[in-house]
Amino acid sequence: MTPALSILVIDDNQIRASIIEQGLRDAGHFRVILVHEMDGLVRRIAEIDPDVIVIDLENPNRDRLEHMFQVTRAVQRPIAMFVDQSDAGSIEAAVEAGVSAYVVDGLKKERVKPILDMAISRFRAYSRLTAELEEARNELAERKTIDRAKGILMKTRGISEDEAYRLLRKTAMNQSRKIIEVAQSLVIASGLLGD
Amino acid sequence: MGQGSIDSVVAGFIPLLDSALLVVAATRGFAEDQNIDLRLIRETSWANIRDRIAVGHFDVAHMLGPMPIAASLKITTLAVPMKAAMFLGLGGNAITVSSALWADMQAEGADEAGEPGATGLALARLVRKRADAGRPPLRFGVVHPFSGHAYELRYWLAGVGIHPDRDVEISILPPPLMPDALTMHQIDGYCVGEPWNTLSVIGGRGRIVTFKEAIWRASPEKVLGVTDSWAERNPDVLHRLIRALMQAADWCADPANLEDLAGLLAGPEFLDCTPAACLPALRGRLSLGREGPEVEADVFRVSGHEAHCPDPRHGLWFYSQMVRWGQTGFVPAHLPLVRAIYSPDIYAAALGIAPPALRSADPGSRFFDGVPFDEAHVQDYVNGFAIRS
Repeated sequence: MTPALSILVIDDNQIRASIIEQGLRDAGHFRVILVHEMDGLVRRIAEIDPDVIVIDLENPNRDRLEHMFQVTRAVQRPIAMFVDQSDAGSIEAAVEAGVSAYVVDGLKKERVKPILDMAISRFRAYSRLTAELEEARNELAERKTIDRAKGILMKTRGISEDEAYRLLRKTAMNQSRKIIEVAQSLVIASGLLGD
Repeated sequence: MGQGSIDSVVAGFIPLLDSALLVVAATRGFAEDQNIDLRLIRETSWANIRDRIAVGHFDVAHMLGPMPIAASLKITTLAVPMKAAMFLGLGGNAITVSSALWADMQAEGADEAGEPGATGLALARLVRKRADAGRPPLRFGVVHPFSGHAYELRYWLAGVGIHPDRDVEISILPPPLMPDALTMHQIDGYCVGEPWNTLSVIGGRGRIVTFKEAIWRASPEKVLGVTDSWAERNPDVLHRLIRALMQAADWCADPANLEDLAGLLAGPEFLDCTPAACLPALRGRLSLGREGPEVEADVFRVSGHEAHCPDPRHGLWFYSQMVRWGQTGFVPAHLPLVRAIYSPDIYAAALGIAPPALRSADPGSRFFDGVPFDEAHVQDYVNGFAIRS
């Protein structure tokens, strides 16, 4: 029997990630790992050593991830995008749906294609969810993001929660931006660099 | 002409100052004048730009100069044969460091006006002292492995004796995240296009130490990327698009339009920043620090053939750096391919001029360290560098 594939799903949209996970489990894949946090992403990938990585196209980590696949020794096995470049239909459908996949070199197309197809269909299904749900989620996420940004600043700068909030507010005001934008940028960058 | 003859062109772009030609052509009537309905789609990563042009979502795209080469030589994923149909401008990038690193560099004698040699040697002394003291290596950010940013930063570092792979760490980050990463001490410096340097300077968080124009004078930055298959199927549309972009370039270069251009680019659907952040580069005067000095820096050079006509020698230099830093082995058969990707033919045909008339002065003799680039001996040129991968 062929060993089960381990599948890593990187998506900071937790709802969509759960939908994909459920779909994969229903299809008999039990080694599915979800990553929403970008903190220490490179290290996590090295630990998990996945066979397949599914990532949403909105994720600004893509350039960094691909660079890592090319150059670092953190990933033990070479990783290629999709399974077979000749399968133009799948690739186009994936990009259309807003998802990308990276697979360990040498994996057979028959093993990976159902996973990719599943991710594509679930991404599409997610897109159909109501705007209302999205809005509610965003509001909650904004509050969480600001809290996380404060936490990062408190840790890296050794300052209090009030001071962290003031620093975010001052940075936002100086650049005529919203606090949530500064917080988002800080959290993402912290995830990218905190490996 | 009637409605029926209007062609739709979908273009992907990244929020950077040098998306200006596309933005202006789409919003100031120049595309329309050529019967083109130019639709712009903002993207979050260069990987998305590459993928979406490869699968045909985008007809053309704002691309890093080396990207069409990497795609055509199949050294990236989703590789499809592409052309750099025109340059979207010269100059563009700068290297910014944190205020703390700048203070240390000043103590080592860095040049206040951004001269890459003196400033780089100051950085090199600092890097050695840090290593001797057992401190962690400095961390720099660039936007993509196949980018002018990566090659310019590496060329500068290596030119002053700093090995970019051993003496410092180079990470990949999207442009809009750079200033915040610097503020929060996640990186010590970065090489990025405007306005993402000026934003750190305005905020008092960083200092521009040198810029692309000083490292490699009059060099291309972004290009209009197009797949061979789209270019071959739509030659007339591509020619009209190039003409529209050239008119947009002339409009951008007119000082009377600068304020308007800054306001347009700063809009939420494009760069989403303040007009003040765009103005220094558009004026060609960069303020290196919050209190100056202000230097003449051709960071946004548009209009005229030299700024827009592809030149195979530029493509070959990018290729030489791919070889130098181990992104590809040297393959003689690559050379004619690279020449074709950076061929002036499409541009010349679009404007109805003869390519030989477009040859500019030798672009190979414009590096800060004075090392000439010999396009006829790419492999020898690469082997001539003591520091390489």
